[in-house]
Amino acid sequence: MSTDPMRIRAQVQGDKTTVRVLVSHEMETGQRRAADGKLVPAHFIQTIKAEYAGKPVFSAQWGPAVSKNPFTQFTFKGGKAGEKVKVTWVDNKGETRSDEAAIA
Amino acid sequence: MKRRDLNQKGAAAIALAAGAGWLPAVSFAQAAGWNKAAFETKSLADAVKALGGTSAATLSADVQLTAPEIAENGNVVRIGLATTNPAVTQIALLVEKNPSAISAVFDVIPGTDASFATNIKMGQSSNVYAVAKAGDKFLYAQKEVKVTLGGCGG
Repeated sequence: MSTDPMRIRAQVQGDKTTVRVLVSHEMETGQRRAADGKLVPAHFIQTIKAEYAGKPVFSAQWGPAVSKNPFTQFTFKGGKAGEKVKVTWVDNKGETRSDEAAIA
Repeated sequence: MKRRDLNQKGAAAIALAAGAGWLPAVSFAQAAGWNKAAFETKSLADAVKALGGTSAATLSADVQLTAPEIAENGNVVRIGLATTNPAVTQIALLVEKNPSAISAVFDVIPGTDASFATNIKMGQSSNVYAVAKAGDKFLYAQKEVKVTLGGCGG
């Protein structure tokens, strides 16, 4: 279910922090048919953002073509070990989830 | 020209169908900041327009697209997007032959590297584009990805 926590790994190397996020989400396209021949309604993440120290460090818009249980990766300048990166997504049904991970 | 005509007619037909209640009124609820129009485009040219472009995108070595030559499983295709051009504020990922061309749009925030990776679904072998927005100019890189097993429907 979409309420499972994201798996977030943030690692600082030199002056940059690389964040890898694995989201638990169906990312249903709305084009797939179930066994009974009915279309499975679209259900996908539309926006995903990350912030560090109260500032945005990542922002993206996704369509239904992003894979089930999406993976994404980005790198930002700065970041201190032990401090937290927070990732938030919102899907097309208005569901949302935020998770945090400490930078290693 | 033909394609544009077709698109307009197609859009009109869909609007008509929706108006007449033939289509379920699901039409995605929207998260704030989600560019619905862009995610409904079918081609590189239309996508550039929907992202605010006024002229056609140009092929550029400033944009890097990392994609496999052959994707065995169209459900999960790892794509990397990057640019060395400091003026770029947004990078979009397009798959020409998917039902909607745009898969994802990444904002390039000051302090964050203009380099992203994600996994996408591909219905069939197709050209994949990384389109970078630099002011009013659009730059792109392209690569053909062969898909052995499609990732849509099935």
